Amino acid sequence: MDKIRLATVWLGGCSGCHMSFLDLDEWLIELAEKVDIVFSPVASDIKEYPENVDVCLVEGAVANEENMELLIEARKRTKFLISFGDCAVTANVPGMRNMLGKAETVLKRCYLELSDETRQLPHFPGIVPELLDRVRPVHEVVDVDLFMPGCPPSAQRILATVEPLLRGELPEMKGRPMIKFG
Amino acid sequence: MDLAELREIGEKERTAQKPIRVHCCTSTGCQAANSLGVKKNLENTCKEKKMGDRVQVVGVGCMGFCGRGPLVQIEAQNKLYEEVTPDDAASIIEAIAGGTASAAEGDPEHPFFARQMRIVRETSGKIDPERIEEYIAVGGYEPLYKAIHDLTPSETIDEVSKSGLRGRGGGGYPTGLKWATVAKMPGQQKYVICNADEGDPGAFMDRSVLESDPHRVLEGMAIAAYAIGASEGYIYVRAEYPLAIERLQKAIKQAKKYGILGSQIFDSPFDFKIEIRIGAGAFVCGEETALIQSIEGGRGNPRPRPPYPAQEGLWKSPTLINNVETFANIPAIIREGGAWYAGIGTEKSKGTKVFALTGQIRNNGLIEVPMGITLREIVEEMGGGVPNGKVKAVQTGGPSGGCIPASLLDTPVDYDSLVKIGSMMGSGGMVVMDEKTSMVEVARFYMEFCRGETCGKCIPCRAGTVQMYQMLTKILNREATLQDIVKLEQLCDMVKNTSLCGLGMTAPNPVMSTLRYFREEYLTLLKDSPNGKVPAGTAASITS
Amino acid sequence: MSVVTLKINGVDLAIEEGTTILDASKEAGIRIPTLCHLNGITDVGACRLCLVEIAGVNKMLPSCVTQVAEGMDITTDSDRLQEYRRMIVEMLFSEGNHVCAVCVANENCELQDLAIEVGMDHSRFPYRFPEREIDISHPQFGIDHNRCVLCTRCVRVCDEIEGAHVWDVAFRGAAAKVVTGLNQPWGTVDACTSCGKCVEACPTGSIFRKGSTVAEMTRDRNKLEFIVNARENKQWTR
Repeated sequence: MDKIRLATVWLGGCSGCHMSFLDLDEWLIELAEKVDIVFSPVASDIKEYPENVDVCLVEGAVANEENMELLIEARKRTKFLISFGDCAVTANVPGMRNMLGKAETVLKRCYLELSDETRQLPHFPGIVPELLDRVRPVHEVVDVDLFMPGCPPSAQRILATVEPLLRGELPEMKGRPMIKFG
Repeated sequence: MDLAELREIGEKERTAQKPIRVHCCTSTGCQAANSLGVKKNLENTCKEKKMGDRVQVVGVGCMGFCGRGPLVQIEAQNKLYEEVTPDDAASIIEAIAGGTASAAEGDPEHPFFARQMRIVRETSGKIDPERIEEYIAVGGYEPLYKAIHDLTPSETIDEVSKSGLRGRGGGGYPTGLKWATVAKMPGQQKYVICNADEGDPGAFMDRSVLESDPHRVLEGMAIAAYAIGASEGYIYVRAEYPLAIERLQKAIKQAKKYGILGSQIFDSPFDFKIEIRIGAGAFVCGEETALIQSIEGGRGNPRPRPPYPAQEGLWKSPTLINNVETFANIPAIIREGGAWYAGIGTEKSKGTKVFALTGQIRNNGLIEVPMGITLREIVEEMGGGVPNGKVKAVQTGGPSGGCIPASLLDTPVDYDSLVKIGSMMGSGGMVVMDEKTSMVEVARFYMEFCRGETCGKCIPCRAGTVQMYQMLTKILNREATLQDIVKLEQLCDMVKNTSLCGLGMTAPNPVMSTLRYFREEYLTLLKDSPNGKVPAGTAASITS
Repeated sequence: MSVVTLKINGVDLAIEEGTTILDASKEAGIRIPTLCHLNGITDVGACRLCLVEIAGVNKMLPSCVTQVAEGMDITTDSDRLQEYRRMIVEMLFSEGNHVCAVCVANENCELQDLAIEVGMDHSRFPYRFPEREIDISHPQFGIDHNRCVLCTRCVRVCDEIEGAHVWDVAFRGAAAKVVTGLNQPWGTVDACTSCGKCVEACPTGSIFRKGSTVAEMTRDRNKLEFIVNARENKQWTR
């Protein structure tokens, strides 16, 4: 049997979920025997999301155009997509800007109203991705196959989620150890 | 006062009345079209022409044909004038002696009038609502006298039970049973409440009854109080009905003056006083437990039932709460007997029902029809159908009701038939929609209403109405998928089954009924394929 | 005192008359989720989480305000009830701004616990991100309306146990919110005795003690019941 093709994606989040993933420590070695990590901000240098991915862990909320494109691409090329951590599941902290309203209001607040010097709205088309008007959790944009809340999900939770999947079984996302938010 | 004295007041009034009475509507609708100006000019012309000895101009309540107001009617000559302006007034008076009036002449034999059967509205538009003598002149307050002197409280309740009358506020609960329950509850202090917090968009039946015939409602309440053993009553009217409030105040004052309200009514040991409470504009206060809290001075929030108000109502005392139209039916039932009333209508829905016929229809206004009449008869014959088009749907029951498609117009109007087809009688709003109407937008309109009017106490109603509104907006913006429709249906089911009070329990009805009968309209608004979405995977697909 | 016999989830029970279904279930070791219920204050049946099905009754009834009756056949955990409960919790999360990660009550929050209990791993309803206020005008306490679920426990505890009636509910629908005084800054409301009972009563991190930061908030929920017991039954120790 070919190795399982695993990807991890980092959208609008703090990378804490990925750090927690690295907290899996020696299990990562076991994991490496079972999977090929084909795309990941922490374990690969590939820039384009590859085809035929088996499992993808998506960290972060959908906050800008780049997030949106990458997520849609990832969904199209992935069999089983996991919403990974509270930002992906609820929009969490990145989503808190939604209370201010549209992207423009948020940018004005940050870069004009709260700035002391060099007041200037960032605008570099093609370099700095444009903010979306509303930060959204992953499942509001694409279909999600499994939700793994947590801020971040602990290494144990990640293990208990991913390990059965590698055997082709669904983990039971139930109870405090598996689905507590925060 | 005894019966002879009461009749004497009536007799004196009838003698004083002139043979030709020119009725000019002074209800809110016609007033908005300057019927008071018309009335003034009618009076002036009468005076100028010195016709005062045989012609009398009377400000009366609603005649029903509100869409063509201001209305002027001369019953003695079987004449009806529509859309009368103050300038028409002189010619109308002149026409009494022959000649033609400049105002458009209506047809008093039109099905709109001819098909009606008037019990609640029997004297609406015929008497001056601001004079108790006119009400007494047509036999008013004799039923109250009869109840107090000829019937025991339990016999009074028996008549109401026999009549088969059901709550006209929309619930359709048997009125006699409700009265009997309150009557049998232990406790010295009991209350009667009249729910006049009519709030459904498109409904104005109760306003019209209160403005046109306030004494009929007071009499109904007094009979109820006698039957259940209450000595205090409240009328809870919404502040948006200033004219109704004014006329009720006048009516209460007049009735008190004659000893018809107050202590030892008709020289009996029965005391009953009525106070008015004015609602501050919350739709939810039409829900009985919220209304009671509001009367008590609290925030108008519903509370779980049981206990029902009949057990534990105002100030925790047994309380009878009925709607305006229910009370307005009572005097006739006592006068003619319950068996007479039970002879009208269908097997399970007795008597008549007042409807406010509005929307895309030729003849707008108020009608009172016997139960069992079909929607088609109301809409097509009486209402005259849709101007330049066809009926698409009829909405009954307001935000709690549903949309009935044209294909079901032959459904008889009664409590159970309407519920069976996913709508409800409600308080009597009937909005006709033509083929250009978007049913999804209609559903969203009612949801917007509920979203704004939910009290916020229970979560399903407070948050569910907002979510449903957002989903409907998403559908109208062509951003929704089939999944959203499924989710909308699940949400409707949950809000309906888990909400605390009737507002939440029925809020999904307009959505559910349009999804049931106009599903195609929803489906055509969906976007073709979900952007970037691929079907969900399975765990097995990972290793395969 | 008399006793009635009834069935909860198929188990035969003998329960004192006048007991609510919620208390009867507790006695039988059956847990029914609640949010607006708090021992020591009156029940309002508002959150609808404790709804149960009773055979022969056509609507679901809130167990916190429904008394047991002879022969009742009650179901507390049907699939339908569980689905409704999950939807209710999802709607609560999507209605306010509940960011567990940065909340004082993280790990000590009844809403968070409810999400676990009803198996909510995500909300199927879009988050609404309403704009809500925070009032920190009181010297000791603060209220963050973003986290308020409108259970009105603060309203009742202040009115019924402390007798101050500082709290109430204002406005309708989505705009409904708890207010202090007549919607004045909490710190300016003279009626407030700063007793802190509202802090103990709040199920989420909405009403908090100033100075506590993420996940530091703990509460003594039973204190309120203890106070009531002490007053009414003269039980001064616990």
